[in-house]
Amino acid sequence: MNKIYFDHSATTPVLPEVAEAMAEFLVDNYGNPSSVYETGQAAKRALQEARESIATVLGAADPKEIIFTAGGSEADNLAIKGVADAKRKRGDHIVTSTIEHPAVIEPLKHLEKSGFRVTYVPADHQGLVDPAAVADAITEKTLLVTVMLANNVVGTIQDIKGMAAAARAKGVAFHTDAVQSVGNMPIDVNDLGVDMLSISGHKFHGPKGVGALYVRQGTRLNPIIHGGGQERGKRAGTENVPGIIGLARALEVAERERQEKTQRLTVLRERLVKGVLGSIPDVTYLGDPRRRLPGNACFSFKYIEGEALILHLDMLGVAASSGSACSSRSLEPSHVILAMGYSAVDAHGSLRITMGRSSTAAEVDELIQILPGIVARLREMSPFKTGETPEMFLAEHGEETPDHHQEHNEQ
Amino acid sequence: MYSDKVMDHFSNPRNVGEIEGADGEGTVGNPTCGDVMKLTVKIEENRIADVKFKTFGCGAAVATSSMVTEMVKGKTIDEALAISNKAVADALDGLPPQKMHCSNLAADALHKAIDDYLEKQGAPTK
Repeated sequence: MNKIYFDHSATTPVLPEVAEAMAEFLVDNYGNPSSVYETGQAAKRALQEARESIATVLGAADPKEIIFTAGGSEADNLAIKGVADAKRKRGDHIVTSTIEHPAVIEPLKHLEKSGFRVTYVPADHQGLVDPAAVADAITEKTLLVTVMLANNVVGTIQDIKGMAAAARAKGVAFHTDAVQSVGNMPIDVNDLGVDMLSISGHKFHGPKGVGALYVRQGTRLNPIIHGGGQERGKRAGTENVPGIIGLARALEVAERERQEKTQRLTVLRERLVKGVLGSIPDVTYLGDPRRRLPGNACFSFKYIEGEALILHLDMLGVAASSGSACSSRSLEPSHVILAMGYSAVDAHGSLRITMGRSSTAAEVDELIQILPGIVARLREMSPFKTGETPEMFLAEHGEETPDHHQEHNEQ
Repeated sequence: MYSDKVMDHFSNPRNVGEIEGADGEGTVGNPTCGDVMKLTVKIEENRIADVKFKTFGCGAAVATSSMVTEMVKGKTIDEALAISNKAVADALDGLPPQKMHCSNLAADALHKAIDDYLEKQGAPTK
């Protein structure tokens, strides 16, 4: 059985050339960049080269604008908490969207507990956030606007350029989570006009546990990890030299292959969407069909539950993901799909296919071939009849059982 | 994530379907949570002669539905009513902790189906 990996938005394998570049700094050049002697200085030089390379790819004016972190979540936390802490005397308001990653939403919720106010600008049914609504949400008390570049669930790409221009015109710092975007679309911090931008290595064939935050010079930001003063005082801790080397190398490859890859994946995605919509009834294609990541195709199948679908696909060697409550740690259906105006049942029936560097037309065809059978089998088992909503079903068959999630969450 | 027994019942569910002219029917679950189970039973001489299920839900929901139908076939009504959700989970070599609440409702569906039968018989429900 051929294994098919269709979950590139979850993570990606480290490229051999990336692993090779890292290995040298794990075993031989193991020095601490803060050390004065040669082994340390060699690590320091490699670190500087990596910083320069990343700055170049992202279009940053100065390598000093790159702060290395232990991943995308830390980069998001640093941007949000770092700005909130540095500017707290100037205001107490932050603007974001309803479809952000938990690495943005949770730090914001944390800030709300200590007196900050957050405006969550809604996304429309297609998963797009209106730049004018973001601009309108900015007040005199606003310190920061943070909206993701591309969404991790439905892949929609926001007009960050428009939003950042509006924020800049009002003198408000702008952050974007670009974790899903690297290698899938052009990213230039000056073209986008953002003050901060988060990236994460393992989403583009680099190692896990390393990421970076671009911070435009002049942006006031306090550290969230205090210690030995590394990263110009913005992020303490001995630098993850092998990880950073891997991050830089992976980013170089991602940028080199970007154009070819995005064109190829767009063709594959269209092939997949056409195949799925053409062979399975009662399916919705979620998210804007054009303004989305080239490798993302997200569907919702009526009358079935996503985890069951994922398990069946897994038994046939296909790795994919779902926004159903049962497949999430929180036991909540995808907040992104709900925020787009779909029901919890729609979210439960969702399937996210994210293709990447290794994906082929043969793999897409294989999925198109096996998916209708799995969906039919699960629907046959489903108590819902065609055309019947789950609410209609329960109204006819008995009282709704209380929401067990609340019970669970109270524990 | 799941035990071999869960995966066995999930991939080869036993007794899927709906009994025509069933003696009792029980539906439990919440579509918002993501699990709904419908169990139908045929009862002859105070015993569960046949039982079938239809389930919308995750791997655990399907496996518990399938397992409870196997456990209950041929049992007396009192024996069937003594089967708990926990007993179903144990028979499957356990479920992940987060699945114990939402997806482990098969015994509830069974009890509801039996209650439905008893009610139709005019007997007081348990």
